Amino acid sequence: MTPHRPARDVAIVAFAQSDHRRRTDELSEVEMVMPVLHEVLRQTGLKTSDIGFTCSGSSDYLAGRAFSFTMALDGVGAWPPISESHVEADGAWALYEAWVKLLTGEADTALVYAYGKSSPGSVRDVLSRQLDPYYLAPLWPDSVALAALQAQALVDAGHTDEPALAAIAGRSRADAAANPHAQLPGARPQGEYVVQPLRTGDCPPVGDGVAAVILAAGDRARELCARPAWIRGMDHRIEAHSLGVRDLTDSPSTRLAAERAGAFERPVDTAELHAPFTSQEVVLTRALGLDDSVRINPSGGALAANPVMAAGLVRLGEAAARIHRGASDRALAHATSGPCLQQNLVAVLEGDPRA
Amino acid sequence: MTPTPASPPEILRAPLVVEFPFTRSLGPVQSAFLTGLRERTVLGVRTEAGDVLVPPVEYDPATAAELRELVEVGATGTVTTWAWNPEPRTGQPLATPFAWVLVRLDGADTALLHALDAPGPEAVRTGLRVRIRWAAERSGAITDIACFEPYESDAPAAEPQLHDGRFTDPVTGIVAPARLDYTYSPGRAQTRYLHALSERRTVGERCPSCAKVYVPPRGACPTCGIATTDQVEVGPRGTVTTYCIVNIKAKNLAIEVPYVYAHIALDGAGLALHGRIAGIPYDQVRMGLRVEPVWSEDGRYPDHYRPTGEPDAEYDTYKEML
Repeated sequence: MTPHRPARDVAIVAFAQSDHRRRTDELSEVEMVMPVLHEVLRQTGLKTSDIGFTCSGSSDYLAGRAFSFTMALDGVGAWPPISESHVEADGAWALYEAWVKLLTGEADTALVYAYGKSSPGSVRDVLSRQLDPYYLAPLWPDSVALAALQAQALVDAGHTDEPALAAIAGRSRADAAANPHAQLPGARPQGEYVVQPLRTGDCPPVGDGVAAVILAAGDRARELCARPAWIRGMDHRIEAHSLGVRDLTDSPSTRLAAERAGAFERPVDTAELHAPFTSQEVVLTRALGLDDSVRINPSGGALAANPVMAAGLVRLGEAAARIHRGASDRALAHATSGPCLQQNLVAVLEGDPRA
Repeated sequence: MTPTPASPPEILRAPLVVEFPFTRSLGPVQSAFLTGLRERTVLGVRTEAGDVLVPPVEYDPATAAELRELVEVGATGTVTTWAWNPEPRTGQPLATPFAWVLVRLDGADTALLHALDAPGPEAVRTGLRVRIRWAAERSGAITDIACFEPYESDAPAAEPQLHDGRFTDPVTGIVAPARLDYTYSPGRAQTRYLHALSERRTVGERCPSCAKVYVPPRGACPTCGIATTDQVEVGPRGTVTTYCIVNIKAKNLAIEVPYVYAHIALDGAGLALHGRIAGIPYDQVRMGLRVEPVWSEDGRYPDHYRPTGEPDAEYDTYKEML
């Protein structure tokens, strides 16, 4: 099947993120979100009242409160009324919704933001509540445990081993040394097993953070950004929730989403992969057929900063920012959600050819 | 009131517990499976392609076809992948270090997630033969399987047998309790608000752009989308802008019904906050009524508002805050 061709050119024209930190006790969600919203608007010169559509991603289970996103809405100026939506998911899916809105022609600009404040609770326990409530959730398997089952399956299949996983951790955190927003920049020991075969170094940091992007269509994008990151395609796919039904060493949903996004038509030079665990990068690079010619996670990836609900949007933002500054011409961005890469979103971003 | 610049507050923290006992109904397949566990019988479901799914689902994950053909599979099986858990967490099946395992039960084509009781990681491997250890007390839940345990046997694996899925007194629902513990911090603006309340003062924060005073403040002006800065003391008196009469008693609430819940525009505030009105018969509360706070016994927040005895406020003075 040929990939879908968007009916309208839409680009990421600005990206901002917070410094990702272990705790932000002194800030409410809206206080944490606001500076990032102001920064992304400043980059384009837009005011909140100029934005055609606003979409956000966050989770009540992280906040421990119902409808927690309504509090953060104060930060975008929701009065007089704006066109707004929210996904109880990573902000990458909010970006998808905004992209679709722009493709319909009902808006020319969109503000997408996402935030996760993991510090008030235990994110390993919180994430266990997204599991099937009949067969899985009563056993409280935590996010590291499920990733470790996947990692062992990869080791058994001969796709990786502990030294290879340690090398992924080392490369990610070395790259993160150049990322001023990273929570874990620079080399650190692999540490003890958290859940064997995954060690501390194979796992993402727990922390709080925010990301925001602005999308714009056609000429509006060219007005707002010197080198827009055009979204050439985007798709998201899901697999069965039952882990025992899936082949955990593969990610057919990622591969299908990438195919439908047009990722395989021409090589990409950069891939921002949302792999919170080192072992998941192994699954994704295999599923996407990425080789040594592709720069993987130059930002340090989710191993350097993993604000739950924003980490996927950060991948899209980092890939776009690399195009904005001319470090990439064609980049793949990936976001995931659910246990063991259950849901996957892939976008292909391109910059205009350079003279 | 003279505005004072907002000072950096001492961070407040409090435990926040979220508990939710979800009551879930079961469809025909899940009902048979969980009832079966209560009776030490493991059921799977056969797909059109002939695969046996354990745990069973009602719709084929590949084709979405409805699945109803139940089969009984073995209580022994093979580990397909595992992970050693050195520090069990609250709610997990075993309190001592254990392995998480995916187990393909004999006769099944898919694997079930559970815990394996083993002395250490060196005793676990993919391909290990295991069997179910049943919980002593079973109610029709996945936890009726206490865990798995290593089990080497030369007995040939049984073929799956058709099962009608019928049991006496079938389980038709489960209650899935959950508890999550948080340490809540309210942020700068709400911290300042709470500190002031403890001094029996109500403070809002002014938007530097539109000059409205928000109370309780959340740190941002919802109109301008920018940080509110100056703290402004408002009230203590205010005006009822609108109200409702509550006739249904909430669980664990000592207040007698009917009572009045109102929006109250404190003097100097740019929007109304919520509060209960007392000290006046419920059917005499009205828009424009002037009220003042009555502080709780420990003096940390207004328990309710009561009439001041002043003449009612003119509609024009509060119509913008309705």
